[in-house]
Amino acid sequence: MATVELNNVRKVYGGKVEAVKGVSISIPDGEMCVLVGPSGCGKSTLLRMIAGLESISDGTISIGGGVVNDKGPVERDIAMVFQNYALYPHMSVYDNMAYGLKNRGMAKDEIEKRVKSAAATLGLADFLQRRPRELSGGQRQRVAMGRAIVRSPKAFLFDEPLSNLDAKLRGQMRVEIKSLQRRLGVTSVYVTHDQVEAMTLADTLVVMNGGLAEQIDTPMAIYEKPASTFVAGFIGSPAMNLLTATVADGGLVLAGDGGTVKPRDTVLPEVGREVLLGIRPEHMKVTDSRNTADLTLKVTAVEILGADVLAHGQSVDATQTGGEIIARLPGGTRVEVGDTLPFAIDPGMTHLFDAATGKRI
Amino acid sequence: MSPRVVFPNKVLPYVLLAPQLIIVAIFFYWPASQALYQSVLREDPFGLRTTFVGLRNFERVLADPNYINAVQNTAVFSVAVAFLAMAIALLLAVMADKIIKGKGFYRTMLIWPYAIAPAIAGMVWLFMFNPAMGTFAYMLRSSGYAWDPLLKGDQAMWLVIAAAAWKQISYNFLFFVAGLQAIPKTLIEAAAIDGAGETKRFWTIVFPLLAPTTFFLLVINTTYAFFDTFGIIHAVTGGGPGRATETLVYKVYHDGFVNLILGDSAAQSVILMVIVIALTAIQFRYVEKKVHYG
Ligand SMILES: Nc1ncnc2c1ncn2[C@@H]1O[C@H](COP(=O)(O)OP(=O)(O)OP(=O)(O)O)[C@@H](O)[C@H]1O
Ligand SMILES: [Mg+2]
Repeated sequence: MATVELNNVRKVYGGKVEAVKGVSISIPDGEMCVLVGPSGCGKSTLLRMIAGLESISDGTISIGGGVVNDKGPVERDIAMVFQNYALYPHMSVYDNMAYGLKNRGMAKDEIEKRVKSAAATLGLADFLQRRPRELSGGQRQRVAMGRAIVRSPKAFLFDEPLSNLDAKLRGQMRVEIKSLQRRLGVTSVYVTHDQVEAMTLADTLVVMNGGLAEQIDTPMAIYEKPASTFVAGFIGSPAMNLLTATVADGGLVLAGDGGTVKPRDTVLPEVGREVLLGIRPEHMKVTDSRNTADLTLKVTAVEILGADVLAHGQSVDATQTGGEIIARLPGGTRVEVGDTLPFAIDPGMTHLFDAATGKRI
Repeated sequence: MSPRVVFPNKVLPYVLLAPQLIIVAIFFYWPASQALYQSVLREDPFGLRTTFVGLRNFERVLADPNYINAVQNTAVFSVAVAFLAMAIALLLAVMADKIIKGKGFYRTMLIWPYAIAPAIAGMVWLFMFNPAMGTFAYMLRSSGYAWDPLLKGDQAMWLVIAAAAWKQISYNFLFFVAGLQAIPKTLIEAAAIDGAGETKRFWTIVFPLLAPTTFFLLVINTTYAFFDTFGIIHAVTGGGPGRATETLVYKVYHDGFVNLILGDSAAQSVILMVIVIALTAIQFRYVEKKVHYG
């Protein structure tokens, strides 16, 4: 158990590719930090640097107070769960879990005690003599987890551990990982590009983009106050609607002759500034009349998801292009393509971003 | 179940198989049956008279101290060649796996010896270690070692072993490199995190996972040492000095084609066949069980 501190960490591959461009994260003892971001943004690279599998080009990483830059994976005393599980195919489940303990010279009966207890926790007690190839995907995943927890390391590192599982199992394992991590109280870093995992598992969520941490905060804070259009588009599904607009007196004039929106409870910046207006699909409510509407949409497509209905549409006033707008409506709402729907935006639920920089205003 | 192709025509499958079957029949079964046939006959040196002698050729061969000597030589030679060729190839492959720059070049260089004909390889080693003019022989002697493979049997044995192993290293290297590449890198990383140092990782993870390759090469190398090393021995020592490097396959040749005792030679080749079949069967039966596939 330990705190994990990353201080302006950089990684340059072969003197050319800058995969991580200076990231600082501080993870308190026992908390779970989730790194999320699109493919190729440097999540795995960052995690592998924490693990000691990749050298650190610049900056420092400390685990439990001491800088570990020059230490190998063993001395860092971390455990890692790989995406492909990396189980030793020629060893039984028992030996897979015991391997790390044997290498550290632990006594045989202590090893047995630990492996048995981990196996019981993970529901693997009946499979200890099997080889990995005789297990299902979910069971293999558990063995990989077991190999990590028997060691009681200073930190757990997970690199997309659930991405090879089917949706149902993924949901189940997600909950198990969370409760296991809580119970053991081991500091963890978890890499994923699944935003449900990111939202549910994280104490601290790090949204990465192009080798940089775009925002570091609690999942809810990131959802409520995304720091940039990138974060706004990445967290939340369907993604936040972003409309180009210009600030006018008392309202926002949408680009492409899209009419004027007057978001309530929103402090507007100076008149004439180019902005992006962000509205989450779930914060758009259908109203009775066009008089109370903030925005009126002409529906171009409807997706019925069961619990929700997604209405895709364009602002009726828009003569030119204007981006597509998605509204999330309660399940059972009757909408047809071609309908014109007046929407009210929940008060205070709009987001304004600078059009040029994409940063939150 | 693998799907089976059903041919509408009963003859067609045999026609398609014919080229293979004919080659195997002409170059394997026919000579083998000839050997079997010859092994129960006795022919006079001029090939004028042939008599049926039953198993007497075998009796004579097995009672011959020279034959027992050849069996011992073959055992030493085969074990040493297979072990050396595989161990050195594995070492080189592991080192080649670590190289980042010039990997392709390094590999190509190591594969070249395979393209050299056995007799030529033998000549190269013969020249290098020839007591009269060999560079290495000179170096050995000037460092105080009494090197003379033309007189000392054990030294001659080492020389043919070295030459035969050297010839086979390239082949083994190629397979070990491929085998190493098939081991997922994350396994090695997981083992590193699990606290296994480099040596430990090799013996507990890499080597066991290479087992299918190692087993395959064991069968191939044993067969190679038994049969395909004839050219090397012929070129380097000619079985000498004083039969010190005469292996079974070399004796077959020597008795049959030099001494022209066809019956004995045929009986020996039949025994040799039986030995190799038995060895391969044992390898498959017992060693393969310890091999973990995937
Ligand atoms: N060994 C390497 N040599 C050179 N470049 C590399 C190497 N490993 C990764 N990269 C580059 O570094 C960048 C970040 O890679 P990384 O694997 O960290 O991405 P990621 O965020 O984990 O993506 P994914 O979600 O697809 O796993 C990528 O542009 C990748 O091409
Ligand atoms: Mg990755």
